Amino acid sequence: MEIMRDRIKGLKHKFKLLNQLFWTFFRIGPSTFGGGYAMLPIIEREVVSKKKWMQEDEIGELISLAGSAPGGVGVNAAAIIGHRQAGVAGAVSAVIGVTCPTFLIVILISIFAMVFRNQPKVEAALKGMNGAIIALILMAAYRMAKYSVFDRTTAIAALATVSVLLFAGVHPLYLIALGLLCGMTVIRIKLRLGLRARTEKQTATGSPSELEYYI
Amino acid sequence: MFISVGLVSFGGGYAVIPMIQYEVTEKGWLTAAEFQQTVALAGMAPGSIATNAATLIGYETAGYLGAAVSTAGIIIPSLIVVVLLSAFFYRLHDNPWLKSSLYGLRPVTTGLILYAAIHFGLSNEGAAITWGIVPTLLISGVCLYLLLKHKLHPLLLLIVAGAAGIVLF
Repeated sequence: MEIMRDRIKGLKHKFKLLNQLFWTFFRIGPSTFGGGYAMLPIIEREVVSKKKWMQEDEIGELISLAGSAPGGVGVNAAAIIGHRQAGVAGAVSAVIGVTCPTFLIVILISIFAMVFRNQPKVEAALKGMNGAIIALILMAAYRMAKYSVFDRTTAIAALATVSVLLFAGVHPLYLIALGLLCGMTVIRIKLRLGLRARTEKQTATGSPSELEYYI
Repeated sequence: MFISVGLVSFGGGYAVIPMIQYEVTEKGWLTAAEFQQTVALAGMAPGSIATNAATLIGYETAGYLGAAVSTAGIIIPSLIVVVLLSAFFYRLHDNPWLKSSLYGLRPVTTGLILYAAIHFGLSNEGAAITWGIVPTLLISGVCLYLLLKHKLHPLLLLIVAGAAGIVLF
């Protein structure tokens, strides 16, 4: 009887936590116009100062982890925080919470788009927005390049990727796999040859300027 | 299908745009022009462009259910990877293998994003390349300037560009 009651109490507590996770991230969700990085300062405010789910100094680690996993940074951050708080179920409810508002907004937009799509004015506006999207993507490439391309090998790798994609139409998946393998082998070879390539990476990734709260 | 896309979306979404385009046009769900409109719309909602594009494409091809399925498809892989990573992170943080594979991965991602920009600009159906591309490039040049110099908010940027589009086209 005692055990049962304890267990029910535990379940209630867990459910409450999951509920909190869901609604916290539900509120954070709509604030991410232009991609996940815009979300990070708000996550910091909600999660560190209001809910006290994390310490101030854990946030840096959170961001680097969220940025190096595949997927959007905001979704990843939600998953990590949820996981720390309440295991897999926590991760799932935080991610659903952060995705729901966007999902609804996107559905609304798409209903609007279906109604208005064939009007010439709307088509012209969408065409204009294409230009802006190109600029946003270039901006992302520039920011990524700033901390990923810092020696000859990485420059060659980036250029090779662009040209292979432009002229050979290979599925990007193979290139990503190739990049992973090349990274490992190049570092291996450099280490064999005499240890000097190792530090270049340290100086580049060790700089704290990665924290750009933008896009 | 979006599971395979979601799994490789390192670098926050932009890198996967050509991949989504490749898959979607290959399957005949959308034409290149329709795809561009979809991505422009995806940029208007909050959240990552890739996830939003997945939702939109799913909705357009199979209604609400399609939207839910493709959104789940693009999120689940990263959810799994993140949970695994955060469970093992303390042990893996300084692992040289992880570091050296990221060393190789990042420039490739940079290349992918750059390619996304080029491809997105040029896939305006071969014929119109000479004349039709000029105003688009003009707009993106101005937008890039606004982003770099004035740190304009992405949503404002899209609105400005939309207005410019109405004037120019």
